[in-house]
Amino acid sequence: MGHSKFKEKMVHGLFFLNGLLVVLVLVGIFILLVAKALPAFREIRLIEFLFSANWNPTATFVAPTYGILSMFVSTMAVSIGALIIAIPLGIGAAAYLSDVASSRVREIAKPVIEILAGIPSVVIGFLGIVLVGPVIAKIFHLPNGLNALNGSILLAVMALPTIISLTEDALKSVPKSFEEASLALGATYWQTLVRVKIPAAASGIIAACMLGMGRAVGETMTVLMATGCSIAMPKNFLQSVETMTSTIAIELGEVPYNTTHYYALFGIGLVLFIITFAVNMIADVVLHKHQKVLK
Amino acid sequence: MENVKIRVGDFNFYYGKAQVLKNISIDIVENKVTGIIGPSGCGKSTFLRSINRMNDTIIGARAQGRIIIDGRNIYDEDVDVVEIRRKVGMVFQKSNPFPKTIFDNVAYGLMVNGVKDKYYIQDRVEKSLRDAAIWDEVKDRLNKNAFELSGGQQQRLCIARALAVEPQIILMDEPASALDPTATLKIEELIQELKKKYTIIIVTHNMQQAARISDFTVFFMLGELIEYNITNIIFTKPAKKITEDYITGRFG
Ligand SMILES: Nc1ncnc2c1ncn2[C@@H]1O[C@H](COP(=O)(O)OP(=O)(O)OP(=O)(O)O)[C@@H](O)[C@H]1O
Ligand SMILES: [Mg+2]
Repeated sequence: MGHSKFKEKMVHGLFFLNGLLVVLVLVGIFILLVAKALPAFREIRLIEFLFSANWNPTATFVAPTYGILSMFVSTMAVSIGALIIAIPLGIGAAAYLSDVASSRVREIAKPVIEILAGIPSVVIGFLGIVLVGPVIAKIFHLPNGLNALNGSILLAVMALPTIISLTEDALKSVPKSFEEASLALGATYWQTLVRVKIPAAASGIIAACMLGMGRAVGETMTVLMATGCSIAMPKNFLQSVETMTSTIAIELGEVPYNTTHYYALFGIGLVLFIITFAVNMIADVVLHKHQKVLK
Repeated sequence: MENVKIRVGDFNFYYGKAQVLKNISIDIVENKVTGIIGPSGCGKSTFLRSINRMNDTIIGARAQGRIIIDGRNIYDEDVDVVEIRRKVGMVFQKSNPFPKTIFDNVAYGLMVNGVKDKYYIQDRVEKSLRDAAIWDEVKDRLNKNAFELSGGQQQRLCIARALAVEPQIILMDEPASALDPTATLKIEELIQELKKKYTIIIVTHNMQQAARISDFTVFFMLGELIEYNITNIIFTKPAKKITEDYITGRFG
């Protein structure tokens, strides 16, 4: 009795330490980012940094400018574009797999989706250059297809495995009795899916999409390769853009240490960190609210 | 005088290779309560779920024979399952309201069947809740989640939900098995009320309940229909020894 209680306490302690470690790492990263980013604001006004669309830190004859708005908007546009493509496809595929597909189809589809999740982002970016890009260029009569749309399509491909498998799990966890009740009232299969199963699985589906979004916002290599990398305020999806992650990846390697430019790149990192943190927090709140309703 | 609502002929049912219903033939009378009794696993639920083709959702299940409702075999190729299920409502053993509001639960069947008129929906919801004898208990909280209701209330809500689409037949699979005596009594009274408008088939394990509420009683065993008659006769002088043994509790 006393022994097992001790064991339980040990396990509890271990989990607590584990959680503490994660929090510490997170706080550590945050502090590091803040410390590295703060010096930038000796020379840049925060307002300009956040709300100006002019990013030209290496200007020689005029004063350098450090506005990240266009990158921010580019990141958001590419990510939201990816979600607009990935969410309907992901939910559709998940519904198909969980309810319609024969067991043979499922046996083939599951591993394929897992493999898709494991493809390195460089390879996806490469496909963007040699496959998706030319197709977009052809359809829209553009000189090249390296633009926001290309980035969104690739990020959608990358987010799909997560969205499909988590959504499928969520749909599978909806009690069969709900489905039967709906069918027994004369609802069709599709009505049952849209009006009963998806709402009942909403918390899981939202979590799936948020995770997909998190991945899209933070993804670097793919967008670096596929979006054309020219810093400009995106006016439509057929324009070349450069996201926040791309800017950091391109410029951090060449920038002299401990210059305002260097610190400003950490500033971008800090903004990215805050965005992903906020997305996750919002997802969490939505999830809890929904679970309360379900109970 | 008495109309036959459902005519079952040479009906067989299989889960994969296992035959669960064997050559069932029976006429179910309109606006009466028909009770189905029999030992566990004898195929009562399967039979009930055959009447609204709920078994279609089970992989590997196969039906053979006829179930004729209003002169139409519901297993014919060109029959619309959705239409059958609208005509044949079902109340399940375990109450299963949707995770929606009380109002939305009852309105659901109307909405999926294309009813748009808001006032008509409101009327039907109120009427169905009244018919299911739960209106007074929920009228002040129609926008609350259905899961906040007690078990007995949830089951009456499910009955209201089934009534809302105005079916002609209601199938009930042990609707009171999870309820206390008071809630059970409420449901039994309700069934007596409902049979004026609906044809009711009810599965029950409770002999007293079958004797109290049903006009006709069917006794099933091992997938076969052993005996079918007016409830009074089944319970006082059954034709078969085995029926008597079951009713008097001399075996499982
Ligand atoms: N989905 C299914 N797949 C395979 N076999 C099934 C399925 N559902 C029921 N069976 C089998 O069919 C037989 C009849 O089951 P059914 O549920 O109709 O019995 P029941 O008379 O309703 O029993 P109970 O009184 O316990 O509810 C049982 O032997 C059961 O194991
Ligand atoms: Mg049963």
